[in-house]
Amino acid sequence: MGKHIVILGGGTAGTMTANRLRRTYDRHECRITVVDQDDDHLYQPGLLFVPFGLAQPHHLVRSRPRQLDAAVDYKQARIERVDLDARVVHLAGGIRLTYDVLVVATGATLLPEETEGLTGPGWGEKVFTFYDLPGAVYLHHALERFDGGRVVIDVADLPVKCPVAPLEFAFLADWYFQRCGIRDKVHLTYVTPLDGAFTKPVAAKALGGLLKDKGVELVTEFTLGEVDGVGGRLVSYDEREVPFDLAVVVPLHGGAEYVGRSEGLGDELGFVPVDPHSLQHPDRPEVFAIGDAAGLSASKAGSVAHFEGEVLVHNIGRFLDGKPLDASFDGHANCFVETGFHKALLIDFNYATEPLPGHFPTAVGLPLLKESHANHLGKLAFEWLYWHSLLPGRGLPGIGSAMPEHGKHHVSD
Amino acid sequence: MPTATYAGTAVPVDDEGFFTDPGRWTEPMAEQLAREQGIGELTDRHWTVIRFLRAQYAAQGTGPTVRVLGKTSGVSVKELYQLFPKGPAKTAAKIAGIPKPRGCI
Repeated sequence: MGKHIVILGGGTAGTMTANRLRRTYDRHECRITVVDQDDDHLYQPGLLFVPFGLAQPHHLVRSRPRQLDAAVDYKQARIERVDLDARVVHLAGGIRLTYDVLVVATGATLLPEETEGLTGPGWGEKVFTFYDLPGAVYLHHALERFDGGRVVIDVADLPVKCPVAPLEFAFLADWYFQRCGIRDKVHLTYVTPLDGAFTKPVAAKALGGLLKDKGVELVTEFTLGEVDGVGGRLVSYDEREVPFDLAVVVPLHGGAEYVGRSEGLGDELGFVPVDPHSLQHPDRPEVFAIGDAAGLSASKAGSVAHFEGEVLVHNIGRFLDGKPLDASFDGHANCFVETGFHKALLIDFNYATEPLPGHFPTAVGLPLLKESHANHLGKLAFEWLYWHSLLPGRGLPGIGSAMPEHGKHHVSD
Repeated sequence: MPTATYAGTAVPVDDEGFFTDPGRWTEPMAEQLAREQGIGELTDRHWTVIRFLRAQYAAQGTGPTVRVLGKTSGVSVKELYQLFPKGPAKTAAKIAGIPKPRGCI
């Protein structure tokens, strides 16, 4: 009798994990089941472009099971909870799945209702988010009607998915309002709980410099306490205020709801704490987490899930063989940052090395931490690679899991 | 590495004044640390947070973020900001003698 691997979540991380595992094991060795509650696999990097009319919403969504190898079982159901002692996943309708290995890949959930006033009066009228598809579409309509005033982009608090996306939104907003011919009537402000434009010093300097060049005001160390939609004010917990006519807020994030209902699975925010290198749960060796669902100090980004995938599949194999886990994830993340005017910059980093200038993946590759048209083309090409190379669980030629050191220039502040 | 003197004892701190060795911290140091952060007197509520932070650090190896503190310490985020006005996670970590919270990316 073969083993049963249950993967919770059929998004970026879950889909590629299932497909990679399927190629590693045949049907008799392992049964692989993916669970998700709907049939909408959203290309999340595309959300950024929807408000500016640069992406069509219906182009971003495809069937979840269709991205899975035909020999992977797909179960569409709401997850009630995981019973870690019994190794059983309880699904809506009384369905029970018993597992030998559990992979948590249910990503992050937006929690706008956790911020006072955010979903109150003005939500969907002058307070928006682009972090889900309906929100991005509403914002698109609002931007089409917008004829000037204060536009504020705010990150409520960390962690958030794709920490560069709100910055990209600010850069694209500058481009968008210039193209509409009303840039002189729009005051752009970027508001962050961090003490700079980004977490890591060298990138914070470069990205902060770009905000300045584009005339975007930067407000730092602002943790969002309250949104006053009627009065058009963001209020921080330490009672500072930022006025707005249109606010684009990245809401608080947490793990999937069922994690909180599953005793011993998650942390305070519903993310699953796993070893940062092996991706294994500290108390439950048969439980692993990958992608945004994992409570790691790595970015919540698709590239991270991709780089984690190789390590995860190897370690699941070692676990099933009863051997010590020997694959180690280094925290590698790689993000194209769209900067407007058909340019983008690229950042590449891991747990130990902050984003540095240079070239990727080698000295003759794409420029790092520097705007270029080539990076913009890279970002556009990525959508095709996502559906046809990353989700099927294939690697990208020349780009491995570990962060390449070659081509990076170390700088001192 | 720089040092600072609290309650008559020299202790190693980082460039921003966070303790690098939480084992060197003693309760009598907290009042002076708090005054340096502009907090006049430490109330029972302050001490609830300080003790919670030290326990969290001992268990997790890092101080929690404000959001996690608000969910787990029994003190709401709003009150945390009233107690430690200049940013509760960092200010309280400094007073509690634990290293700067790592936070997230």
